[in-house]
Amino acid sequence: MLEVENLVAGYGGADVLRGIGLSVSAGEIVAVLGANGVGKTTLNRAISGLIRPSSGNIRFLGYDIAGKGPPAIVAAGLIHVPEGRRIFPNMSVRDNLILGSYRRGKPARAANLERMFALFPRLRERTGQLAGTLSGGEQQMLAIGRGLMAEPKLLILDEPSLGLSPLLVEEMFSLIGRIAADGLAVLLVEQNVIQSLELASRAYVMENGRVVVSGAAADIAADPALKHAYLGL
Amino acid sequence: MNATRAYLPAVALLLLAGLIPVLVAANTVLNFIVFTLIIALAAQGWNLLGGFGGQFSFGHAAFFGTGAYATAILQARYGVNAWAGFAIGIALSAAVGWMIGYLSFRSGLRGSYFALVTLAFAEVFRILANASAFTGGAAGTLVRLDMRPENFQFASRAVFVWIALALVGFVLIMTIAIGRARFGAWLAAVRENEDAARALGVDVLGVKLKAITLSAGVTGAAGALYVQYYLYLDANIAYGAWISVEALIAPIIGGIGTPLGPVIGAVTLHGLGELTKLFAGRIPGIDLVIYGALLVAAIAFAPDGIMGLLRKAQRRKDADKATDQNVTEGTL
Repeated sequence: MLEVENLVAGYGGADVLRGIGLSVSAGEIVAVLGANGVGKTTLNRAISGLIRPSSGNIRFLGYDIAGKGPPAIVAAGLIHVPEGRRIFPNMSVRDNLILGSYRRGKPARAANLERMFALFPRLRERTGQLAGTLSGGEQQMLAIGRGLMAEPKLLILDEPSLGLSPLLVEEMFSLIGRIAADGLAVLLVEQNVIQSLELASRAYVMENGRVVVSGAAADIAADPALKHAYLGL
Repeated sequence: MNATRAYLPAVALLLLAGLIPVLVAANTVLNFIVFTLIIALAAQGWNLLGGFGGQFSFGHAAFFGTGAYATAILQARYGVNAWAGFAIGIALSAAVGWMIGYLSFRSGLRGSYFALVTLAFAEVFRILANASAFTGGAAGTLVRLDMRPENFQFASRAVFVWIALALVGFVLIMTIAIGRARFGAWLAAVRENEDAARALGVDVLGVKLKAITLSAGVTGAAGALYVQYYLYLDANIAYGAWISVEALIAPIIGGIGTPLGPVIGAVTLHGLGELTKLFAGRIPGIDLVIYGALLVAAIAFAPDGIMGLLRKAQRRKDADKATDQNVTEGTL
């Protein structure tokens, strides 16, 4: 579904990604792990078109999307939920969700809203509330729900557990599992190694803008030397 | 909110205002109304970009002046029909808006940097217009007095009031429609969080460019109307900082990002200014003191402007009503 080859990207001439390759198949959860500053967020931004890669290929559902803008990439069915819960603070929960649905047109909107409220009952209770007044966990749910309103085929989640209490982290991961069970592919970029490896089927470990280890999540989780060398566990 | 309820207050207000010239014939009153409506129109333009899109411009004079100069010069130098000049003036202002937007938004200027760049553009235009012979230099440009409808000049000021009202009304209805449309939602998304909007697939640059083009066209129409009414223009009127300030203060006082805000703000500010001049006319500059005090008060006590206060009062009333109902129905 998503194939990334030799991707090089960065900011203002300084390369952060130095030839990354990875793939995600339909219905699969793939984790991208690594410490702070190895280029995980840059990878997300390059795939979703927020920054323009300087070289390399990104293919999504057979289309070449490298260098395309976010409107085209979103329209193709790839949604990126950026880190730090970038919600629209002065809009109601409902309006936040509806803003996610505009690329899908009006007919599907009501059904999608209902789907989100079923998935996130907390958001239903807070429909009319300003999004900025939600708790951190609720804001993260809103950000994910807003992404799902566009009916993506691949969802990229950047640090969804960032800044959440341990209990909420647990809830967040089980939720991501439930979303993927509906057939949606998820590229999960996380610092929470243990939980991510439990949830994902495969994982990539990044260091210095490259993939240093890749394989089945269970194998990586079972290799203490590997975890110690790259993931600080 | 259904369509009728959204448009009704605006339409009612316009029809009421349209009656004023029928009831009042005093020229000073009509002068005041036309001038206030011109400011309101300029402010409506600013509000489209600044209020709905969150891009605060400090240089809407660049658009006001371009609309005004284009309309004046096309008539005075090239003998173009006034109505055609008016339309071309609006189109040219919109083009200047697009150009300034393209240059600044493409390079990612936001917030105070964008404000400073727009200020700089307006100032450059002012200095050029003041120096160039084409615009009449410091002596300014006169439109020849010839009061015929085909020249966009009318012996009766009432006609001008109606034309200004029609323009303000048209923009008012357009603004309400934008607020209810997808474009309005995208504008709000860009204002609230540009990065999140981009991640959702909103074409941020395109939305901003559309907004500044539209905004500049509306403010340009105010400039063009100004020149048809006063028939004289110089660089300090057209591109002076006064109009940039008027265009942004009226929405701030009236209610930023609301369709009626700029109109209510312009009427309040200039209404109070005129009243103080009337009653305390012997103290020079007293209207400016009121102006300043009002601005300070608005920012301190009503950051959402007069519309914000009204909405809060309405909500309180609705809440009271709901409580009363609950009491009578015995649920409380």
